[in-house]
Amino acid sequence: MTHATTEPTAATGPLTLGGLSVEGVNQCVHCGLCLASCPTFSELGTEMDSPRGRIFLIKSLAEGRMTMSDSVVSHLSLCLDCRACETVCPAGVPYGRLIEAAKAEVERVRPGSLARRIFRWLNFGLLLRHPALLRFFALKLRFYQTSGLQRLVRATGFARLLPGTLPAWEALLPRIPAGASRAPLPRLIPADGARRARVALLEGCVQSVVFGDHNRATARVLAKNGVEVVVPAGPGCCGALNAHGGDHAGAVEMAKTTIAAFERDDVDAIVVNTSGCGAHMKAYGHLLEHDAAWAERARRFAATVQDFAEFLAREPLRGPLRPVPITVTYHDPCHVVHGQKIRRQPRELLAQIPGLTVVDLPESDWCCGSAGIYNLTQPEMATRLLERKVAHVLATGAEAVVTANPGCILQIQQGLAARGRDVRVMHIVELLDRACGP
Amino acid sequence: MAPLSNDRKRALRPELDALVGTDGVLSDPDELLVYESDGLTLFRALADFVVFPRSAEQVAAVVKLANREDLPFVARGAGTGLSGGCLPAEGGIVLSLMRMNRVLEVDYDNQIAVVEPGLVNLHLSWRVGPQGYYYAPDPSSQQACTIGGNIANNSGGPHTLKYGVTTNHVLGLEVVMPDGEILWLGGKTRETPGYDVTGVFVGSEGTFGIATKIVVRILKKPQAVKTVLAVFDQVEHASAAVSEIIARGLVPAAIEMIDHLTIQAVEDAFGCGYPRDAAAALLIEVDGLAVGMDAQTERIVAACRERGARDTRVARDEAERQLLWKGRKSAFGAYGRVSPAYMVMDGVIPRTKLPYVLGRVNEIVAAYGLRVGNVFHAGDGNLHPNILYDPRKPGEEARVVQAGAEIMKLCADVGGSISGEHGIGLEKADFMPFIFSAADLGVMARLKRAFNPTNLCNPGKIFPTKKSCGEVAVGYRPHPIEAKGLAQRF
Repeated sequence: MTHATTEPTAATGPLTLGGLSVEGVNQCVHCGLCLASCPTFSELGTEMDSPRGRIFLIKSLAEGRMTMSDSVVSHLSLCLDCRACETVCPAGVPYGRLIEAAKAEVERVRPGSLARRIFRWLNFGLLLRHPALLRFFALKLRFYQTSGLQRLVRATGFARLLPGTLPAWEALLPRIPAGASRAPLPRLIPADGARRARVALLEGCVQSVVFGDHNRATARVLAKNGVEVVVPAGPGCCGALNAHGGDHAGAVEMAKTTIAAFERDDVDAIVVNTSGCGAHMKAYGHLLEHDAAWAERARRFAATVQDFAEFLAREPLRGPLRPVPITVTYHDPCHVVHGQKIRRQPRELLAQIPGLTVVDLPESDWCCGSAGIYNLTQPEMATRLLERKVAHVLATGAEAVVTANPGCILQIQQGLAARGRDVRVMHIVELLDRACGP
Repeated sequence: MAPLSNDRKRALRPELDALVGTDGVLSDPDELLVYESDGLTLFRALADFVVFPRSAEQVAAVVKLANREDLPFVARGAGTGLSGGCLPAEGGIVLSLMRMNRVLEVDYDNQIAVVEPGLVNLHLSWRVGPQGYYYAPDPSSQQACTIGGNIANNSGGPHTLKYGVTTNHVLGLEVVMPDGEILWLGGKTRETPGYDVTGVFVGSEGTFGIATKIVVRILKKPQAVKTVLAVFDQVEHASAAVSEIIARGLVPAAIEMIDHLTIQAVEDAFGCGYPRDAAAALLIEVDGLAVGMDAQTERIVAACRERGARDTRVARDEAERQLLWKGRKSAFGAYGRVSPAYMVMDGVIPRTKLPYVLGRVNEIVAAYGLRVGNVFHAGDGNLHPNILYDPRKPGEEARVVQAGAEIMKLCADVGGSISGEHGIGLEKADFMPFIFSAADLGVMARLKRAFNPTNLCNPGKIFPTKKSCGEVAVGYRPHPIEAKGLAQRF
């Protein structure tokens, strides 16, 4: 065996990485059926940038065959966490959990430069945890965008002089809407007509300041369909961005805050209109399973979480519906279609809107490159995937792309704008709001 | 071959960078380790470099460099192979063809497509599907495996029964020969005069060169398809039904068998609609003209019923049909639900021996204290016993290898073969003497020398290894019959 590699250790007991279980790697039988579903593997063709390859990296780290070298870090970091591989995996490897544990380990072992650590603390430790601060930041950002300062920065080329990935960050800053859109929702929105259910709506962190109008539309559509909506005060970010970004401890704390805030109301469902939050909140049961005081509460909470389309499609839309005579195509957000396995429901809702033409989007369930903050941390790969997405969108000839997640909306909007194309990107709730009427 | 010294690796790296670009060469030990296995994790071996060429010229340049440096090289596709065929058994260079994945040309009128080797099998059918065409060879891994890899292994699939294997669908190949010369075998016409060198190349498991362009036939999608699920309480009855269908002169496109344990795994995976309490199920598909399709389906259902089927069901629509096939084609991976690892065997037997051989397989595997799941191309008599094991348990891997060898011997003894479609690779090189005499192997060796005289192109595969040359197969353990002196490695 002249060129044999080191033998995998015959480990006893469950495999862990930085204290988090990665035992799920042993479900991978290396069949490779995931390969062609992985956006990064499809772009690069390198096994380390495939689900099977990354599972191998995680397994090798846990078994001590590898250490967290620069190259290992780069391949783990390049994962979108889109979980397309989970959808096709026959063995049921819990890939999302594995990559989150691995990313947490990357942060623990390789926290990076001081600037990066401060930046992460600003986001994960401060802004996302304190809604008031986030709103204050949004106010400043709106001033930057509306005062002419942003135009000046871009026109003078000053942005390009910023260090590192800051220019990319500057270009991707979401447009902050006027104050009325950022105002919190009323705490109770009564149902129109016969009450069908009572739900709690998650306002979200970034969602509430950037896409407050979507929250308002969600409440209106639910109310029109006989759903009473309560909007709990208190929960800030659900912790999804922290979990995906490798801040496990922060994610655990924010999950508890969120659960506590929602437990005050007795509801039939907790409705979420952002994909990453919905998928993450459904996984609270797993996140807190080893915390005796919280495990049961988390499981109960997670079982009531539903994606907006998942909940609404349980019954036919209440008419009369107004025609929306445009041609649209639907882009599946990763954490709706792969994270929550919701593929049919949004399409069923769209099919009920009179006058609406829906054309199929090739690779509709492929990541657009937004992936939380991926477009900021991995701008090159994000851009490649965005260009692929935009090309497919344009080929459909649709007037609008309908999707269900703020990150996808911002990303695809930016990609279409860069091509100078006038195609709208909408949240599915905006379309339903138009159809359901005022 | 010993691993390259660090000095020599450092010296060669810039040269490879110049040939394929810096983003097309891997030499980092952690990255190379990810390439230690293909779909069969029982075998592990490290390369010195993995390179990602984008054209035949780049492949040829790398091959010439390997020749100059006396370095072995091997082509790799998606790495879904199940015999260790693309492993760098003796170090050297792995040429990953994943960046050569374009459809270069489609000629619908003449029903051919020209593709690059890294193209995923299913992606060709997706590409030509809107025009009403498809690529017939459908290995179960078709959603991930590449057409280049299919060429190497002459891959089959469920629909092999009616449509034949890969070689029946390949008209021509552009090949980088083991010395780096680029040439064409066959072409775009159905027949080429002289020796059928294309036919010789297909199935040569990467030992005769590297295909860089492939001319394949594409077929018009059948007008009608019917898929029958027949459920049995006894495996023997399912086996008998297979023979009965064929004996009645019916020609299904596919007859697949899936056993009890495998049904549990695929139902856990995707909830495909196989009854969990069945001992075995047959998935039978007929396709062709719409006229007569119902009558044919009824005759198949009748044959199954008469041979003891508890229940039969015809898929109502395309969605149900696709779901049944998804279960069948995901079965290997789905074993991850019930076991941390498996080794799939790929034996071929005369169809009439199915009941006997399946029974013996169960006995053999049980004797080694292991479990086996069966999912296979029953119509072709192409068995896939999957031995389930846990690599973390000391000694289990060795028992798997021994059980596997006994199963291969069993297939050979009943007049069958040791591989239907997965190739010989590293895994079964030492079983070749079960079915080939020294003279048979001698002819093959001379053929190999004609293509690959230096033996740098994918060495260590197919042929039983020679101890005298100091070469030992990776992961090799002496076979029991060898230990008893009944067989000899040469």
